Amino acid sequence: MPSENLAITWRRIPERYRLTGSACETCKTNYFPTRKLCPKCRRKGKIMLKQFSGKGQVYSFTEVTAGPAGFELEVPYVLAIVELVEGPRLTAQVVGVGEKDVKIGDKVEMIFRKILEDSPEGLIHYGYKFRLLKKVAK
Amino acid sequence: MSKFGEEWTRGFRDMLTEAGGRAIEDAKMSGAEIDAMYVGTMAPGSLVGQEHIGALVADYMGLTPIPSTRCEAACASGGVALRQGYMAVASGIHDCVAVGGVEKMTDTPGDEIASALGGAGDQEWELFMGATFPAIYAFTARRHMLEYGTTEEQMAAVAVKNHANAAKNKYAHFQNEITIDTVMKSKYVASPLKLFDCAPITDGAAVVVLMPLDKAKKVCEQPIEITASTQASDYLALHSRESMTSLNATKVAAKKAYEQAKVSVKDIDIVEVHDCFTIAEIMAIEDLGFFPKGQGGPASAAGKTALNAEISVNTSGGLKGCGHPVGATGIKQAVEVVWQLRGTAGARQVKDAKVGMTHNVGGSGATAVVHIMKNDA
Amino acid sequence: MVQSVGIVGYGTCVPKFRIKSGEIARVWGEEPDRISKGLGILEKSVPDVDEDAATLAVEASRNALLMSGIDPQAIGAVYVGSESHPYAVKPTATIVAEALGATPELTAADLEFACKAGTAGMQMCMGMVASNMIRYGLAVGADTSQGRPGDALEYSAAAGAAAFLIGREKGEFVAEIEATYSFTTDTPDFWRREHAEFPSHGGRFTGAPAYFRHVMGATQGLFEKTGTKAAEYDYFVFHQPNGKFPLEVAKKMGIDTEKVKPGLFTPVIGNTYSGASPIGLAGVLDIAKPGARILLTSFGSGAGSDSFAIRVTDGIVAKREAFKKVGWQLSDYIAHKEYIDYGVYVKHRRKLKSM
Repeated sequence: MPSENLAITWRRIPERYRLTGSACETCKTNYFPTRKLCPKCRRKGKIMLKQFSGKGQVYSFTEVTAGPAGFELEVPYVLAIVELVEGPRLTAQVVGVGEKDVKIGDKVEMIFRKILEDSPEGLIHYGYKFRLLKKVAK
Repeated sequence: MSKFGEEWTRGFRDMLTEAGGRAIEDAKMSGAEIDAMYVGTMAPGSLVGQEHIGALVADYMGLTPIPSTRCEAACASGGVALRQGYMAVASGIHDCVAVGGVEKMTDTPGDEIASALGGAGDQEWELFMGATFPAIYAFTARRHMLEYGTTEEQMAAVAVKNHANAAKNKYAHFQNEITIDTVMKSKYVASPLKLFDCAPITDGAAVVVLMPLDKAKKVCEQPIEITASTQASDYLALHSRESMTSLNATKVAAKKAYEQAKVSVKDIDIVEVHDCFTIAEIMAIEDLGFFPKGQGGPASAAGKTALNAEISVNTSGGLKGCGHPVGATGIKQAVEVVWQLRGTAGARQVKDAKVGMTHNVGGSGATAVVHIMKNDA
Repeated sequence: MVQSVGIVGYGTCVPKFRIKSGEIARVWGEEPDRISKGLGILEKSVPDVDEDAATLAVEASRNALLMSGIDPQAIGAVYVGSESHPYAVKPTATIVAEALGATPELTAADLEFACKAGTAGMQMCMGMVASNMIRYGLAVGADTSQGRPGDALEYSAAAGAAAFLIGREKGEFVAEIEATYSFTTDTPDFWRREHAEFPSHGGRFTGAPAYFRHVMGATQGLFEKTGTKAAEYDYFVFHQPNGKFPLEVAKKMGIDTEKVKPGLFTPVIGNTYSGASPIGLAGVLDIAKPGARILLTSFGSGAGSDSFAIRVTDGIVAKREAFKKVGWQLSDYIAHKEYIDYGVYVKHRRKLKSM
């Protein structure tokens, strides 16, 4: 089951709630999620926290019709690889749209949604999803 | 090999023992010669609740007290085990090594299988966000379509060809041919990938026996020489990689393999590539150098990868047709190449096959293992 | 008030999905037109399956923060009022604070007072800001309220949120809160017991002794406290459980109903409970000119009303224009809609017992 240990979710709150990532001061590369070591510079790297803006564009996408456990109410949903304006890419849902509404290159912005609920009595995991920047629905 | 498929009557231990027996028989040995065992398996802990597979396998194959070690690299577990066995023999530490691959998948409910396989990707940053493996490969397919004009019909051609090969392989999961229409009309799982673009959930095991070449020639009628064994890694999550239409781990491992075996891509007669999804075969035949980047789709649609065509790809039926018992796949690929190079592949035999290659991928490309083999006769 | 307090930024959030009153009426064999006209509700908002009071509160609060331009670390208190907090025990306010980047140096708590928990938070923030306990306070009203299938509440119970950042620097105000007055009694017009899935209510008892007595009592009290008259205000925002009650209050109190309509959103989004009168205020602030005076009166069953006398400041123009370019105003949320039928609504609201 994709239910997650409490401590894992808790440690990930800054990343999942507000897109806090890392930047290497040596090579000026941004990373999301956070890294403790720059894979390019290794020991010469200097990793700092970096707050990302939540703006980006769709790099690739799919509409998931056979979802994993815990996503039964959400299917079908659009899942995308989003390229943040600061560089890093991440995997996230694009909400409120169907496959036909999305194109590679579409501008998106981060929003805050429920990702998963462990069970009706379990923890609710929140985090980032994205929406198209176009304001009005088709 | 054990018969691949939904093997309701046989469990994890049964399948590997069966495949091991056949391998030892094929090598014309008693089993007493084996002095080490490596076994590739991805997720027995999640799938059948069993870890400590090395010891279990030695126990049930009657090989105790030899050292027996489990290798795990997601779907490349078998390929990695083969490479461990190869290195153990090549280093001179062991003289006769059995290498197995096994996965028992159907003892587990579907959503739990999906969750266990999800561990091949980045659990916290891909799977947790709602990704499935078809979704991850759908990202690559969508980019490949954008960057190179690859079409869904071209991907479908891969499945059709692999089913045709599988129908000639008695060990294969699927024994039926399909048409482009079968694939195109199947349900989307993660667009643009449809059900028939995906390898099935399969049970199975495969075993090979490795020895130094000179010693092997003394016991076995037709030993096949491993001329290259290479492996490479990449970022775990697909989204972290520079390119999504090419697997860098495959390219790095292939380049080293060609150097190690002192052959070029033109010398390869047959290749077993990792087609967990049809797009994966298209990327593999490009990344391994059989076709220029972007030409994998048109080449597949034009029949250039069929039996005895330009390059015979996945004569076993591949993961799509022969089935994909995850940890067993890398070993099954080696078994198929051995049969082809010996000329014992029956109805699917490729003419004059002298040099063969296997290509085994873990996850969405974070591990790639390449082996080149030749018939030394 | 000794120390001036005001709104330095505000934001809203309304889910994209809508169900028409007529569609709900169809399922229960009611006459669609009669229901729609009787309640004054054409359609109501429905949250997506991954939205709840916390996600709506976060989105509204991010809009408020964006408009204000303040550093989230300067926020000293976060209060989230709701009757549909995702957890019975474990605060929504901490989720909001963390999502804004306001943690850890702040106080936070969840509030519940039926539909007026949002304005209760505003009053708490006003007190703390005015007394110099904190520099900025965030008050949010957010709900994804539920009505029992077939009950009259099912036509109105909707989802939405509004957030207000309260500060004390006049130069930062978009509107100054000049006075507040509350009117509270113990009146059991509407309740939901622990573990109960849907609320119960007193039918027509929710009218005169509950809604009208408290809304009118608080509004009248504010007039008297401030020495003002209805004619001095440009806008009136009353709690809006349906499309009719706020207009009836105006008629009963001799207020021009045209001053009520700009802040009346229940006809198009339903009753967003703790979000309802705060959303009405946000909608008025989106269009009001500097100097305009607004009277806001919330209502929470159980029962009580909070009234506020608000004066729009010059600062609103620049902040509003800047925000429009980057964020979603209430009118964007209202326009951004997709209709669903009752079957999909049942899925969204998790009314399927087997799932």
